[in-house]
Amino acid sequence: MPGPQYHADPEAAVKSVALDGLSLIFHAPSGMTHIVAPPAPEILAALRLGPAEVGELIARLSAWYDFEGDAAADAIEARLAELESAGLVRRA
Amino acid sequence: MRHSLSLQIGPVAFRIGSAWRAPLDALAALYAGYPTPADGICDFTVRLEPDKPWRRLIRPSVAIRGDYVLPDAAPLSLAHGLLAAEMGMNLQMALGQKTYLLLHAASVEKDGRALILTGESGAGKSTLAALLGERGWRLMGDEFALLDMDNGLLLPFPRAISLKNGAIGVMEAEAAPERFGPRLIGTPKGDIRHLRPNADALARMGEGAKPALILFPRFGEAPAVRSVGAAEVFMRLTQASTNYVTLGRRGFDALTRLIATNPALAIDYPDTATAIGLIEDFRQELAA
Repeated sequence: MPGPQYHADPEAAVKSVALDGLSLIFHAPSGMTHIVAPPAPEILAALRLGPAEVGELIARLSAWYDFEGDAAADAIEARLAELESAGLVRRA
Repeated sequence: MRHSLSLQIGPVAFRIGSAWRAPLDALAALYAGYPTPADGICDFTVRLEPDKPWRRLIRPSVAIRGDYVLPDAAPLSLAHGLLAAEMGMNLQMALGQKTYLLLHAASVEKDGRALILTGESGAGKSTLAALLGERGWRLMGDEFALLDMDNGLLLPFPRAISLKNGAIGVMEAEAAPERFGPRLIGTPKGDIRHLRPNADALARMGEGAKPALILFPRFGEAPAVRSVGAAEVFMRLTQASTNYVTLGRRGFDALTRLIATNPALAIDYPDTATAIGLIEDFRQELAA
């Protein structure tokens, strides 16, 4: 059974500034500012291509970055859950 | 209100109304030489009123009210009415200022370069700014730094400097007696004495300056200087801003631009002479 589809707000709703290895994200719909570390900005960028379930998201990220194994996939799932609780990612 | 006074402080115009004459007389003496608002229109109103109507004459106690009110703003005794007026002005700025990004910080300027000094209460930012203001720098403000979100300039807000406890003696040795308000003893913050910024600070209260350095001073430690990473600066400045969240995207853009274009240093200092020496060194490095 396929998992839930995740999606992120379009680029126009989210202003991101890279500072000092971290990213500051202003999320216009909530008015909140978030300070996030990699790979959170990369996950958001991958989801802007369109809604995706976890497997598809990992496939998109693998096309951009070198990573291997279940540990990386686990880390991405964990970051995805954090982004969802922060309101930056939602289930479609 | 029975008595009132209007004051222009930098870009902000205040009207202070009071049920009593004494706090306004003290305020007028402290703010001698400040302009009155050019168009008569005030941005903020502060009202000093009896805590209960019958208390105007019987054991008077001053409650601070205004356009914006904190429910637990404690009444002060009438002897501290001047402090109530000052606190009321701060409160209106902290809760109501929406034109500028407001940072709880002191700022000084020399050669067109402004320093922002921020830190927790007791870090010494007021004392350092007051001292620098007597030693060739222009005092822009000891409590609030106003960042113009359109052009990134820092605007002066040179209200009277609030000196606490040990800082009172330090500044009494530096500035003429007529620039001081009365010593307020036993306030909720200890002893307080206000100092009017010097003539240069008042004459140039309409003149902004480009920020050049963000400093996080900390008093009482062995001398040390460390660079502060941009993400940490951002976090500390959002905590030091009373209106960052209210301003939304404009505040975010202004603050990230300020941080991306200015170095930030944390300085520990055991005494004010050491801090002033460090700051003068930074100034020379910035000028080089």
